[in-house]
Amino acid sequence: MHRFANPGQFLRLSGRVLPWLFWSGGLLTAISVAWGLLFAPADWQQGEMVRILYMHVPFAWLASAGYFSLAVCSFISLVWRHPLADLAAMEIGPVGAGLTAVCLATGSLWGKPEWGTWWVWDARLTSVFVLFLLYLGHIALVRAFDDPVRGYRAGSILALIGVINLPIVKFSVNWWNTLHQPASISLAGAPTIASSMLWPLLSSAFGFTLLFTAITVARIRAAVMERRIRSLLMARVSSSVYAADP
Amino acid sequence: MTHLAYVAAAYAIAVGMPLFFSIEVLFRVRSVRRRLAAIDTRRNRSHP
Repeated sequence: MHRFANPGQFLRLSGRVLPWLFWSGGLLTAISVAWGLLFAPADWQQGEMVRILYMHVPFAWLASAGYFSLAVCSFISLVWRHPLADLAAMEIGPVGAGLTAVCLATGSLWGKPEWGTWWVWDARLTSVFVLFLLYLGHIALVRAFDDPVRGYRAGSILALIGVINLPIVKFSVNWWNTLHQPASISLAGAPTIASSMLWPLLSSAFGFTLLFTAITVARIRAAVMERRIRSLLMARVSSSVYAADP
Repeated sequence: MTHLAYVAAAYAIAVGMPLFFSIEVLFRVRSVRRRLAAIDTRRNRSHP
């Protein structure tokens, strides 16, 4: 595990995997968008509005999954002080915030015609909004210190405290009486959604997962190279200082 | 059909967001590669 987490090894491995991840994710996402928009059937109750769910649900899943991976990287960063975990956590933050923002926006666009309101402070919507704030807090905290290591540590602690929100997001629709409907798909039982709607939804979720994994890996690669530039420049500055010192 | 604008807006946001992130990271990687190549060239010139 540590062998693969070496920055040099990571750059080599990710360089090989990244084009496959990106192009397969992009292709599957394009197919899913066309499938959801043009070929999936309209719902007998929601009508054409059901098409929004092919975008909204994958973003909701990825927003939670993104935060979980942020917490795992933060844990590795705090326990093993691994520099790659610091960079991964820093780069997951903005992507996760974007995912959560799209989840909230598409949910509002579905809610206005279906519920008659853009927003309600019910448990599911509020906990997802808290997730968005946690992402924003992490982004701000990691970049708030002159010493990046202190920023990484503070961000990691916030990310680990925020993990408590993930089960609240997941089970809020079961624990409280919410306007948001309960899950139609669960690992424990058979889905309560027609297969003509289930497949475009799973395809969309898989496509976006590949695409955002590729985007995150590319961001971590950029961060690793930026760190290398910084250390090369620092080495040059310190060698010129020593050379000038009589 | 009356709600087409909501569906179109949701798809535009959902497709636009990964597109924005992809373009942003593409430019970032290009710029960082250029800087790294410039530093390496200068380093090789000063340490033959």
